[in-house]
Amino acid sequence: MTASEAAARFERQYADHRRARIAASTLFWVAFAICFAVSVVVSKFDVVALLQGLPRTGDFIVKMVPPIGWSSFGADIAEWYWGIGKWLTSLLNTLLMAYLATVLGTAIGGALSFLAARNLVKSYAVYWTTRRVLEIARTVPDIVWALLFVLAFGIGPLPGVLAITVHTLGAQGKLFAEVNENVSMLPIEGVRASGGNWLQEMRFGVLPQALPNYMSYTFWRIELNVRSATIVGFVGAGGIGHDLFTSIQLLYFADAGAILLIVVATIMAIDMLSERYRHRLIGKEHLSQ
Amino acid sequence: MSLAGGEIEALRARAPEAFAPPGRERLRRYLVRVAVAALTVYCLYRFDFFSWSFVDGMSKLGAVVISQLFPPSGFELMPQFLASMGETIAMAFLGTVLGAVVAFPLAFLASKNMMPARPVQFGTRRLADLLRAFDYLIWALIFVRAIGLGPMAGIMAIAIVEVGTFVKLYSEAIENLDRKQMDGVRAAGANWPQIIRFGVLPQVLPMMVSNTLYMFEHNVRSASILGIVGAGGIGFLLADRLRAYELQEACTIIILVILTVYAIDYLSKRLRERIIGAERSAPAADDHSQFEDVKAR
Repeated sequence: MTASEAAARFERQYADHRRARIAASTLFWVAFAICFAVSVVVSKFDVVALLQGLPRTGDFIVKMVPPIGWSSFGADIAEWYWGIGKWLTSLLNTLLMAYLATVLGTAIGGALSFLAARNLVKSYAVYWTTRRVLEIARTVPDIVWALLFVLAFGIGPLPGVLAITVHTLGAQGKLFAEVNENVSMLPIEGVRASGGNWLQEMRFGVLPQALPNYMSYTFWRIELNVRSATIVGFVGAGGIGHDLFTSIQLLYFADAGAILLIVVATIMAIDMLSERYRHRLIGKEHLSQ
Repeated sequence: MSLAGGEIEALRARAPEAFAPPGRERLRRYLVRVAVAALTVYCLYRFDFFSWSFVDGMSKLGAVVISQLFPPSGFELMPQFLASMGETIAMAFLGTVLGAVVAFPLAFLASKNMMPARPVQFGTRRLADLLRAFDYLIWALIFVRAIGLGPMAGIMAIAIVEVGTFVKLYSEAIENLDRKQMDGVRAAGANWPQIIRFGVLPQVLPMMVSNTLYMFEHNVRSASILGIVGAGGIGFLLADRLRAYELQEACTIIILVILTVYAIDYLSKRLRERIIGAERSAPAADDHSQFEDVKAR
């Protein structure tokens, strides 16, 4: 092959490659444009309403912080946070709801996770059924569970706890089951060889291997559940979400701002604490290996 | 080989820590367990688990709620449900696109290797954290009051949270890029936009598209509940049916949502694999936890 032939071949291949790329990206953009157009029509997207609404939203957010003067700083803050006692009680309720739901959901989900691990149960039917139960529990959003439980239990934190518990058990069950499926089978065989029954195999063969991962998932779940616990109040399931919902509905801007500030500070603090603790846990685990 | 009782005792005396953790550690573990249990019992008490209202609620849950959920009904309303589901998907799509478009330039401001002015970079990151700190439903509640009931409020809520998420995800992708390609383009005499176009985008675009698709999947789930506070989509119908005790119709809607979510997850996963290549989308578990983290924060 002469140099010019090679060059011609390169040119040809390069042209082919470019054509294919251009065709692919044209296809992508056409598909995107169609999806976009359909979405705009279906959702009745309205730029005028948007442009009118945005300043109102800004206004709304500005009103959430009442005027605070330097000379009357203490008094202004005190007036803004007039309901601090009530809101802190709600916040405590929210945190305790998240805690209780995490404990209950993790306990139930953890127990089910052994039945949802392919390597630990013989019966396929048990495995399949448990998996489906966990799937339903976590696919239905917690706020929908909350709506259902409010129907049965009435307004208050109890249905909120139950809703988050159900969602948590579905999520933890699946995550823990994946941990269980990755454990070494050797300790389990050891326990079996020395005469252990199934429960003892799980307790002494699986649990010691899986516990650090369980703990890490559980701390992460607490973060998520604090968020959920602030939300379920929107449908009457208790916690600070209830106060936030009422204040926004009644257009008490300053109250809404004060509560939002409490919520965001709490969520950021919990995230930071939990992240630090999780890193310590994972660090330990790596050291021991 | 087996050990006689005496030998075990001798071993225990010689190396007690091989048999059990030291006393202080045992005490610490014991105290943690007692504290967790005590707080759990207190919470159960505080939230009325030990009361007749809990028993009443449970029996009502079994007798009224669960038994009335099945069989699902209201199939004659299916066209309405499907239209609502379509609106939900459209909300998720537009919210994700809007968020991505706004976040794209901001992500460059938030990347350490693109933005030399540290206060700007730091400030943009923190702003993104703040937008992400509030849940979709909180934003939806605010937008419903500001721009009125309907899907526009939901689109805005999704878009604003996604600006936060995408600034974080995109800027991480930008910070991980290989400088050599940028240097090469610059050495060939390119100006700033050309460096971005030929030195940066080819490296980060597949990751960005894949992240965006993943968040679209996630947002279909979010959009399906935003209607509960009036921000459009199927959540509105669902909350309405539930509050009107039309539980069988609610059940149909829940099933419809679950099926749609599964279908979208499946399609989007296939598409993501094609975009970033099967080998790079393989560590799914890792990827997932990374995204879950983003959602958590």
